[in-house]
Amino acid sequence: MRFVGKPAVFLLCLLPALLVIGDAFEVTGRLGANPVEEILDRFGNWALRMIMVTLAVTPLRRITGWNWLVRFRRMLGLFAFFYALMHFLTWLILDQGLLLSAILEDLVERPFITIGFAALLLLIALATTSTNGMRRRLGLRWQILHNAVYVIAILGVWHYWWQVKKDITEPLIYAAILAVLLGARLWWRRRRGQN
Amino acid sequence: MPAVLIKKPADIRPSEITSERNYLNRRDFLRVGAVTGGSILASSALAAVVPDSRRAKLPDVRGSEFSTDEAPNSYEDVTTYNNYYEFGTGKSDPFENAQDFEPRPWSITVDGHAEKTGTFDFEDFIKPFDLEDRIYRMRCVEAWSMVIPWVGISLAEIVKHFKPTSKAKYVAFETVNDRSRMPGLRRRSLDWPYREGLTMAEATNPLTILAVGLYGEVLPNQNGAPIRLVVPWKYGFKGIKGIVRMSFTEQQPDSSWNLSQPREYGFYANVNPNVDHPRWSQARERRIGSGLFASKQPTLMFNGYGEQVAHLYKNLDLRRYY
Repeated sequence: MRFVGKPAVFLLCLLPALLVIGDAFEVTGRLGANPVEEILDRFGNWALRMIMVTLAVTPLRRITGWNWLVRFRRMLGLFAFFYALMHFLTWLILDQGLLLSAILEDLVERPFITIGFAALLLLIALATTSTNGMRRRLGLRWQILHNAVYVIAILGVWHYWWQVKKDITEPLIYAAILAVLLGARLWWRRRRGQN
Repeated sequence: MPAVLIKKPADIRPSEITSERNYLNRRDFLRVGAVTGGSILASSALAAVVPDSRRAKLPDVRGSEFSTDEAPNSYEDVTTYNNYYEFGTGKSDPFENAQDFEPRPWSITVDGHAEKTGTFDFEDFIKPFDLEDRIYRMRCVEAWSMVIPWVGISLAEIVKHFKPTSKAKYVAFETVNDRSRMPGLRRRSLDWPYREGLTMAEATNPLTILAVGLYGEVLPNQNGAPIRLVVPWKYGFKGIKGIVRMSFTEQQPDSSWNLSQPREYGFYANVNPNVDHPRWSQARERRIGSGLFASKQPTLMFNGYGEQVAHLYKNLDLRRYY
């Protein structure tokens, strides 16, 4: 990744979205009998994966000593936001058909959707403050705000867990990965405290 | 009494599109036949026969007044988007994993409070009855729907044949539970074997059928071969597949989804836009095949079959008995 550069990582992260378009036109594959559900599922999964990859940067850095990984973290985080936004827009436009009454009802009365929306709002806050300029302006408060990524990750997994009908295998896998990524940080923090 | 042979239009190519078109042409012919020549087909001289090979055409299928005029979903949609957790929990899992499943030979056990009980070969079980085209709407509890051209037998006729006693208040069904043939059974996705049931009134309603075919052909494995229940005014999970047992019971039978998540899935499971699933709305549904940019359509009470079934629930609080 170090020698490959940001444009290549950018394209790699964009690939799932390009495949959705390709499959929609039946060029690269198929979306299947329920295309709206398939697109929602794919964007949602990639949002979660990008969050996990973003959270994996620090632990990976500590283990491997590859500090250059940090250079890619903002892009990875913004792709998490991108996929979450696409997931939300798909729901808003293709699934709900921009029917305001149904949308408001779902946002307020379906807990798993409220949780997902909260995660999106936090992602918007992080995305809009992701620039160098914003980081300078906010100073210490920037770091406090961007610690919200942990809350976002937990809300995202919770949203998925409460959405699935019966088979919790996939949310469970994300939960396990998240537990490792957060657990590692806690463990290192404890060790630093002891020293 | 001469058997009336329905000649099918000659197949030009063995392609799906052609067989769908042939089926639809034949259905229109049969519909006319059922109206004008109904008396000829009225006698049960036609014995139901389901050939023992995949996608074989089903002979001697009558039309039915209960079929909808709506266009059926494509064969591909109906046979590649399924919930059949015995073959995996993904929508494409049953299509992918049920290819090696052999639905024949097959036997069905009939027991409980009835004069005729026993274990019957599939061929003998269906022989006394007539095959009918039933094009029904199917509404899944997940809020999507299809129009499916089943071929089946009236369950009312089957129940009558086995002569249930006055103690029989319900009809219960059970699915095959064979780990060696069904990979999904290795996981406890549901409380196996899959079980479902209906009240006697629901079982003998004219709409209720045991389906043995699809699109004029033998029922594919992923759709519940060789025989499954279809109750079009209820959510699709009531349509138990791969039936190996039919019991006449006094007590309300087990319903697998109800056992696994009782707050979300009830015994009655009538399609009802006014009673939401705890986690999502049931007011609208996505019609499969309507395209990427089609909006969801409003869900109809009893899936639009109120005329035939509403009277069954006149005194039942459907919010309480979901």
